[in-house]
Amino acid sequence: MDNGLSRALGGLGRRVTSRVWRLGYASRFFLAILLNSATALRRVHLTIREIYFTGVLSLIIILVSGLFVGMVLGLQGYDTLQRYGSTEALGVLVSLSLVRELGPVVAALLFASRAGSAITAEIGMMKATEQLSAMEMMAVDPIARVVAPRFWGGVISMPLLAALFSAMGIFGGYLVGVQLIGVDEGSFWSQMQASVDFREDILNGVIKSFVFGIIVSWVAVFEGYDAEPTAEGVSGATTRTVVTSSLAILAADFILTAFMFTGT
Amino acid sequence: MSRTTLDLWVGFFVAVGLGALLFLALKVGNMASSSSGDTYAIQAKFDNIGGLKVRGAVKSAGVVVGRVAEIRFDPEAYLAVVTINVDTRYKFPRDTFATINTSGLLGEQYIGFEVGGDTEMLKAGDTIKKTQSAVVLEKLIGQFMFNKAAEDGGKK
Repeated sequence: MDNGLSRALGGLGRRVTSRVWRLGYASRFFLAILLNSATALRRVHLTIREIYFTGVLSLIIILVSGLFVGMVLGLQGYDTLQRYGSTEALGVLVSLSLVRELGPVVAALLFASRAGSAITAEIGMMKATEQLSAMEMMAVDPIARVVAPRFWGGVISMPLLAALFSAMGIFGGYLVGVQLIGVDEGSFWSQMQASVDFREDILNGVIKSFVFGIIVSWVAVFEGYDAEPTAEGVSGATTRTVVTSSLAILAADFILTAFMFTGT
Repeated sequence: MSRTTLDLWVGFFVAVGLGALLFLALKVGNMASSSSGDTYAIQAKFDNIGGLKVRGAVKSAGVVVGRVAEIRFDPEAYLAVVTINVDTRYKFPRDTFATINTSGLLGEQYIGFEVGGDTEMLKAGDTIKKTQSAVVLEKLIGQFMFNKAAEDGGKK
């Protein structure tokens, strides 16, 4: 029997088993957060503090990148639309692509790298310095005191950030399209209002960003809580947070889009 | 529990976020115009509806007076049955003429009402008798080519 082959197969099996084991642990952890979130919602100042750290401090990056994404959409969209002589549809193009897709997705990706990584590092460091064990010794449940407020802070911040991203992007598209290039202002807004539907487009975008908020916050707190209590372990967990939540956002976006916009 | 500057920032953030949602709903979406009160349903049968869609506009004299609520196929008459929700503020005579028009050359299609002279008005559940189907561009071009060829043939 080839020794190298059997070792490779064994390694593969171990890796798969450990992935499945971690997935199960993460699901149980998610349930534990939900069960313990009554404390987080009752002691509201804990959650408000986390909204400050994840939401308010992410405002600058969300607003600036939203503005630039909208401006780029304005330029690119104008370039394509003018070939068909329908530049008045620029508002429709900018607003639909932002509200349906780019707003929720790009805001969630930025949120994962700006706030998710910070949450993981913070909880991971708390674990490495044995603050979490100390809390357990004092009969304070670290999931209720530390994890759940961070989770809910992220879940609440995400839809608001995505809405701000979309609004800022549409403003950026307006700046480039109407002020810079000179698309007619009236048709820019009126065509946009005629084709963006509140339930179909805006509400579905909000639902998307809410789901992304759950995903990012869940991954971030889990990776932090599960991190190896060393400096290396925390840095690895932070990297995994960004990678895993970005991939999960894009995969979930495909599934949600397939459900929401089936082309009718 | 005392108020802190942190609360101020979070309050500011939540207010701005909700403001952005409101902006999206009112200025970008059409929530303000589409939620305008009561409608009554009337039906119209067409040979061909072209690219008409549910929620498409119904216009009279260019003003939006209602929306397309449902599009069905009638398997007995082989016609498209379109249910239209008309704003209760507007009444139309019984002999109103419903046509399917296109806004611009490539724009989306809408139903246009051309008002007749009947003194009786359409009520909820009524069916519009006179309709004109969507213009199919390919047919139009085909017809034009055919006529042109016939004209040229006649000259010789």
